[in-house]
Amino acid sequence: MSTRTIQGQKNLQNINQASKDGIGGSPLRPDGNLKVKGEFAYSSDMWHEDMLWGMALRSPHPRANILSVDISEALKVPGVYAVLTHEDIPGSKYYGLEIQDQPALAIDKVRYHGEAIALVAADHPETARRAVKKIKVEYEVLTPIVTEEQCLDPETHGYVHEPHEYKSHGYGNICHEQKLVSGLGVTDEVRALADVIVSGDYEVGMQDQAFLGPESGLAVPAEDGGIDLYIATQWLHVDRQQMAPVLDLPEEKVRLTLAGVGGAFGGREDLSMQIHACLLAQHTGKPVKIVYSRDESFFGHVHRHPAKMHYEHGATRDGKLVFADCRIVLDGGAYASASPAVVGNAASLGHGPYVIPNVKMHAIALYSNNPSCGAMRGFGAVQAAFGYETQMDRLAAALGMDPVELRQLNAMAEGDFMPTGQQIDSPAPVAELLQRVKDMPLPPPLDTEHLDVRQIPGALSNTSHGEGIVRGVGYSVGIKNVGFSEGFDDYSTARVRLEVIGGEPVAMVHTAMAEVGQGGVTVHAQIARTELGVEQVTIHPANTEVGSAGSTSASRQTYMTGGAVKLAAEAVKRALIEKGRRRYGWTHHDITLVGGKVVSESAGPLVSMVDLLGDEAIDLTREHHHRPTVPFDKETGQGFGHVQYTFCANRAVVDVDVELGLVKVVELTAVQDVGKALNPLSVVGQIQGGCTQALGLAVMEEIIVRDGKVRNASFTDYLIPTILDTPPIPVEILELPDPHAPYGLRGVGEAPTVSATPSIVAAIRNATGLALNRIPVRPEHLTTERPGEL
Amino acid sequence: MRVTFTANGKPVEADDVWEGESLLYVLRERVGLPGSKNACEQGECGSCTVYLDGVPVCSCLVAAGQVQDREVRTVEGLTDENGELGLVQQAFIDAGAVQCGFCTPGLLVQTDALLESDAQPSDNDIREALSGNLCRCTGYEKIMDAVRLASARKCAGKAESE
Repeated sequence: MSTRTIQGQKNLQNINQASKDGIGGSPLRPDGNLKVKGEFAYSSDMWHEDMLWGMALRSPHPRANILSVDISEALKVPGVYAVLTHEDIPGSKYYGLEIQDQPALAIDKVRYHGEAIALVAADHPETARRAVKKIKVEYEVLTPIVTEEQCLDPETHGYVHEPHEYKSHGYGNICHEQKLVSGLGVTDEVRALADVIVSGDYEVGMQDQAFLGPESGLAVPAEDGGIDLYIATQWLHVDRQQMAPVLDLPEEKVRLTLAGVGGAFGGREDLSMQIHACLLAQHTGKPVKIVYSRDESFFGHVHRHPAKMHYEHGATRDGKLVFADCRIVLDGGAYASASPAVVGNAASLGHGPYVIPNVKMHAIALYSNNPSCGAMRGFGAVQAAFGYETQMDRLAAALGMDPVELRQLNAMAEGDFMPTGQQIDSPAPVAELLQRVKDMPLPPPLDTEHLDVRQIPGALSNTSHGEGIVRGVGYSVGIKNVGFSEGFDDYSTARVRLEVIGGEPVAMVHTAMAEVGQGGVTVHAQIARTELGVEQVTIHPANTEVGSAGSTSASRQTYMTGGAVKLAAEAVKRALIEKGRRRYGWTHHDITLVGGKVVSESAGPLVSMVDLLGDEAIDLTREHHHRPTVPFDKETGQGFGHVQYTFCANRAVVDVDVELGLVKVVELTAVQDVGKALNPLSVVGQIQGGCTQALGLAVMEEIIVRDGKVRNASFTDYLIPTILDTPPIPVEILELPDPHAPYGLRGVGEAPTVSATPSIVAAIRNATGLALNRIPVRPEHLTTERPGEL
Repeated sequence: MRVTFTANGKPVEADDVWEGESLLYVLRERVGLPGSKNACEQGECGSCTVYLDGVPVCSCLVAAGQVQDREVRTVEGLTDENGELGLVQQAFIDAGAVQCGFCTPGLLVQTDALLESDAQPSDNDIREALSGNLCRCTGYEKIMDAVRLASARKCAGKAESE
């Protein structure tokens, strides 16, 4: 192992934080120093002597039969060590997060543009690239199944997965579906109870996570026949669980260590190059590194499901909601990925944070020959929020009501019931969040006297000097679940070790949590300090030597793995105090650990932790399970399906150049209840980052797919917000503790991504009077659409 | 081919460089300076920004052969000889401007260049100067804070030394 690779393992190993900050403080990141020095080893920085470079051949067609694959010319390229196809896979040929329907390398057919068919290992990335080009594949190109109509008519257009090869519970080209009915459902009788009914069809484009660190990692074959993989992922253990059967290895011989992760946002929940690098390493007996280019990254991970939604809401004359009916069609693409969970969220959260007595919902995910879609920040809830929040604005307009007041009138609160029948049993300050965001001061109007073009739509392109610019303001609120739902026990494990090092008590925290940038490592150290009364905390590298930490997704990691660290630290604390009782015969009932001492709250300091510990280390591991949930009933959608709910409200202020169709978001305000901010600096950072990804979905981000082919797989053509596109994002935090959660905390990361997009579109509608039923809103929508009914 | 240049004040030499390799590749894979990041490798994201003869450039867009006998300064070169963090580096940590950190090296070099040319930039100046550096985690607010903090510290330092 070279020094660089070992350095990669040490990203967090020897960092002692002298800070006394426990929970509620904002100590600085333990990995910050390495990150600003350029010394933090990301997965693409891994290096090993004699390592080879791996690369995949990917399909140029979204749907085709593979008639033959000829690797002979590729093998002749000097410097090439291996060329592999599915025939070289030693074990199972399929994998998948929830449904094992995806071949590790295509078998006889390809189902999406970019599907991996063959692998090359070579001594230089350029050698690998040239060898990939020499692999000859003979295709029988088929018409791709890409529209909803085509997918739902398999008799005419065909099956993405033939019925006999079905592994999901779906049928036809439906991967997963969830229905929901509550109250009286939505019937003609129920409709008759409403004075006003509004309906609309809404569409959400395919968004990409666009994390900056490309998929990458280093697979090193081990002497025991196993493999060591240094990898950027969101969940080490679920990677291993999917990899081991394909590699035909027992799980304990597939050892994963987390390398530095350059962002994730759901895009690393599925496997990308993990199996490929390991197959090449197994085959060649040499370390193999794979680093995706940006265009390959667009083909190498799943995206946010594009959605088509139909909503109908009815209300009384005074604005009380009577019913809501909704159908959500999500395009899941070629393979299942997280589609079932996305459907579950869309169905159960798709009516928003409102009390609605009568509800009907039908959500489905399609199989198609479009790119696979799966987890992305706010999965399922993001798409629906654009639908129900647009409906709220439309309903307010129809009733002649203020849109915020209409929302507040129908806002759910603690004690209310979700359409699933689940009672909200912790704070749900929806109306208060809206009030607070409305009460925040507005930014000053555009100063056309002293105009700086960098502040207006078009900015540095110098497209306007203030002519034709109209300001608009919009509001929205959203709901997201925290943690894995529908009966899944996504427990987390933590190991905490307390010992004396250099004359001081030092706690070590060891979990398999994927630190993807969110700051979980900072919070773990804070929890250990708070529970154990120590200053020095070391964070062990995340790996599979300790039990699963579950995924860094679904806003769950501080709740779940933070909760596990708390449990393990409490156990260590109890063991230390028990040791003292045995040694000193203490009878106090108020013993705790503070400032490196064992302290009785009534009798004062009893002994220093250093003296009590001596040479002994207390090393304990605990699992944290959240309260159990149940699957939703397939037909009625009823069930205690979610662990926790989280809410965020936004106000957007935009300037629109109505002549050119350009939008400048002037300010995007967020108010969110976080239960307890364990690290306020990080919490605000999460909310601002989440809002910005929502801004991207509102006005610029979309993977353009035509006939199944991806047209903009680059950062030149897929635009994400720059610092010029992003406005000031004032954030206000509420801390209303959830009695069911560790420290009362509420998951933070996703709610703003759910709620912020509709506020921006509402602001653009407010400025232009256009209907804007599709996101992202593009310049051509603003210049060619006719003013519609709001 | 062989390429020799100066990296962070030290002479470096890379052998067997393929003519199509970028400066970024040579830095990361051949001379042990992986701090500059490979996020897009097409000049859109700014993560690979380095100084080339004092001018910030995307090292992914510079062919390795172009740096022959020239001076390159990377994020690793923003730290002084004793390992002390530079002013901009410290400000990014203090302001919470680092999350995943993949954009950070490029932003640090670009910010360093901005404050060299204008120690007290306006918010609009900051946004213009950093508009070629993508960040996906932070929403840029803490990055704005970090640049303002670095600017304030730099001006305070100048005032003190005068």
